[in-house]
Amino acid sequence: MIIATSVTKKFGRLTALENVSVTCNKGQSIALIGPNGSGKTTFIKCLLGMVVPDSGFITFNQQNIIHDWKYRSHIGYMPQVGRYPENMTIAQVLDMMKDIRREQKAALDEELIEAFQLGKIMNKRMRTLSGGTRQKVSAAIAFLFNPDMLILDEPTAGLDPLSTEILKEKIRKEKHKGKLILITSHILSDLDDIITEVMYMQDGQLRFHKSLEQLKEDTGEKGLSRAIASIMKANAQ
Amino acid sequence: MKSISKYYHWLTCALIVMITLPAQAKTWRVSPKGKLPSVQQAIDLASPGDTIVVEHGIYKEKTITVTKPLYLLGINYPVLDGERKHEVLAIKSSRVTVEGFLVQHSGYSSYNDIAGIRVYNSRLVTIKNNKLFDTFFGIYTQHAANCTITGNELQSKAVTELNSANGIHCWKSDSMHIVGNKISGHRDGIYFEFVTNSLIEKNYSAGNVRYGLHFMFSHDDKYVENEFFNNGAGVAVMFSRGVTMIGNTFRENWGGAAYGLLLKEISDSRMEHNRFLKNTVGIFMEGTSRMKIVSNDFDNNGWAMRVQASCSENEIVGNNFRGNTFDVGTNGSLVLNTFNGNYWDKYEGYDLDRNGTGDVPYRPVSLYSMIAERNPATMMLFRSFMVSLLDKSEKIIPGATPENLKDERPQMRPFKR
Amino acid sequence: MKKIIKYVILDILRNRIMIGYTLFLLIIALSVFGLEGNPSKGVLSLLNVVLIIVPLISIIFSTIYVYNSAEFIELLVSQPIKRRSLWMSIFTGLASSLCTAFFIGCGIPLLIYVPDATGFTMLGMGLLITVIFTAIALLASMFTRDKAKGIGISILLWFYFTLIFDGIILFLLFQFMDYPLEKAMIAFSFMNPVDLGRILILLKLDISALMGATSALFRDFFGSGQGMIIALLIMALWIILPLWFSVRRFAQKDL
Repeated sequence: MIIATSVTKKFGRLTALENVSVTCNKGQSIALIGPNGSGKTTFIKCLLGMVVPDSGFITFNQQNIIHDWKYRSHIGYMPQVGRYPENMTIAQVLDMMKDIRREQKAALDEELIEAFQLGKIMNKRMRTLSGGTRQKVSAAIAFLFNPDMLILDEPTAGLDPLSTEILKEKIRKEKHKGKLILITSHILSDLDDIITEVMYMQDGQLRFHKSLEQLKEDTGEKGLSRAIASIMKANAQ
Repeated sequence: MKSISKYYHWLTCALIVMITLPAQAKTWRVSPKGKLPSVQQAIDLASPGDTIVVEHGIYKEKTITVTKPLYLLGINYPVLDGERKHEVLAIKSSRVTVEGFLVQHSGYSSYNDIAGIRVYNSRLVTIKNNKLFDTFFGIYTQHAANCTITGNELQSKAVTELNSANGIHCWKSDSMHIVGNKISGHRDGIYFEFVTNSLIEKNYSAGNVRYGLHFMFSHDDKYVENEFFNNGAGVAVMFSRGVTMIGNTFRENWGGAAYGLLLKEISDSRMEHNRFLKNTVGIFMEGTSRMKIVSNDFDNNGWAMRVQASCSENEIVGNNFRGNTFDVGTNGSLVLNTFNGNYWDKYEGYDLDRNGTGDVPYRPVSLYSMIAERNPATMMLFRSFMVSLLDKSEKIIPGATPENLKDERPQMRPFKR
Repeated sequence: MKKIIKYVILDILRNRIMIGYTLFLLIIALSVFGLEGNPSKGVLSLLNVVLIIVPLISIIFSTIYVYNSAEFIELLVSQPIKRRSLWMSIFTGLASSLCTAFFIGCGIPLLIYVPDATGFTMLGMGLLITVIFTAIALLASMFTRDKAKGIGISILLWFYFTLIFDGIILFLLFQFMDYPLEKAMIAFSFMNPVDLGRILILLKLDISALMGATSALFRDFFGSGQGMIIALLIMALWIILPLWFSVRRFAQKDL
């Protein structure tokens, strides 16, 4: 569904992505893992066209995304830090998003809005919201349009345990619908029972991309966190 | 006393002779369908002092020549038509009066001075209340004296300076009275060359392609209460001395090379109570000396005055300067003229002793007007923010504008007229 | 695109600065015409407002708006929207709100007090200058990510167009005084929209003759219908070029 070929991106002297090639397919649920500053977010932004690669290209359903912008209607994106126009209320932001993406007639998925009980605070302005509430709004928007692919950048950061569970449940549900899900997270325990594949990035390079079973086999560990920890340790040496 | 009373005695006798003469004079009636259908024929038949009454009608008689003292009177504006070929009325005798005619379609020529009415070498000719339409020259006098041209309306169709001629044109004449005429559509409205001791009064000269009034080598003349409006280049008074200008209005002479009044090589003259309104340049002075410019109003002109460095010993006193873009422009740093006790609306000084006169001098030349004078291309920056900053700073610390061009006694209030 | 314009305009209309700007212009215009009995004098006073304050507010407000709506832009870029249309929408929203403010603040008083060619020219030039400086602001905001620097660049640009450029011209005019500079002057005036706007207004203010008295070519050029059309085309270029460069930069920008 989405194929990145030799994607390289430099910010001044810093190489954020170096020759990253990867293929993601429908039905996969991928964890994008790596230390801080390893290029995860840059990679995601490349997928979304927010950052333009210096070289290499990315295709979405065989279409080069450089010349295309409509492909983004198949993606739901939940950013690491949700930034919204400060003067707008939640309702206005949601309305605006609905308004802008109206061309798809697909039914709206408002499950998360209900589950997070956003209805009660619909008229609060964005600037008054806590970090957690913003995350809820971001999540609600990401799932709202029932997209084929979900890109979730640190989805559970800042969420309380209850909301984390609601979100995880939702992710699981979407996964079973056969959607492609790409998650980055530091809290690996969150991912354990959701993901099927693991991409590991470090220093802007993609170190490996394999299935969870394969990873566990290779490292001889049972859990995801332990498996990753052992890899990090190995790399550090 | 005795000699004066003797003089009066003779004068009375002369007057009696003059008054009784017309009483004996005969009156001839000319009308298109009457016994006498031709004006020229009537003139030829008449004796000096007779009256010829011309009835309404169209008379195409090539050039009508008046060779004896006659009174030609038109009823209901009979038309004398020159068929675009001829001089219409030629007056070659003194003491002729022409009144109430419509003179039209004179010939046009680039080498002959063809006129509607032309006075040759005569005295005491009166041309009054006529209408002249589509003539080359309108009323033309040469070597004439003591003539009166009054109440005429002259209108022609001049487009360019080359193919047009003057409305009232006087050449080598003396003691002329040009009063209450209306002139438009000519090259110059009124043209004087070598004319002396004459009076031009209450004329209205508008829409002429060159000057409303043009004055050359004409000394000791006076022009009073005329109005010059929207002429190609305004009024030009050149190479003359002893000219008196009182109560005239110079209005809306806008254009690249237009002035309200151009003074060139004028000396010992006087200007009082004139109004300059919306002219590109109110007065342009070049080589002018010993002029007294007193109690005039300069309103809404581009430059109220442009005084070239060749002018000297002029006195500019008691005038109102209001709403002009530039008050005074000059091209040199040496100033030999006196500005004193004028009202300037741009004056920002104060009057602490409340005597009606500002306590600090006013400098009517702005820095930018100096700049524009030296380098016309800078006009591009006219009214830009930078230029106003420059002007303000120059006002505070004068440096570039002429040191002694200033009004030491600027008035706080405009003069009421 | 229409939807995004709608949201940009709604967002700007909520902004108090915009209302303040409108009122400020309105108060100035009304007091200028109210105090001066002669409307043509009022026009001259308003000329400085149009040539100095309007560009300043347009460029600074637009720059600040672009920096302040970084979140909004980021949010929308991840959505199925063409970057080009997003940027054009922001431009259209900004330009139309600023133009509305100018129209209410200056345009209506102008139409009431000077409903002739002068008033219309002034109104037209004010609107054009507003749009031009919005476009320049969008380009300026593409040079740096830092808001403070971006505003600094905008102020410098404003300073350049209202003052420094004219200073350079004056300097050049005196340096090359002995050469025929009239044609060059016309070219120079094309290089600054503020100068061009000022000249076009002044030509309607009967000052044409005054300009003609000193440099006939200048008046002949701008006085003719053809020259007027060329001048207006140049003004249009002053909108299109900065906008085009800013669109290009925005399309490549990393967010």
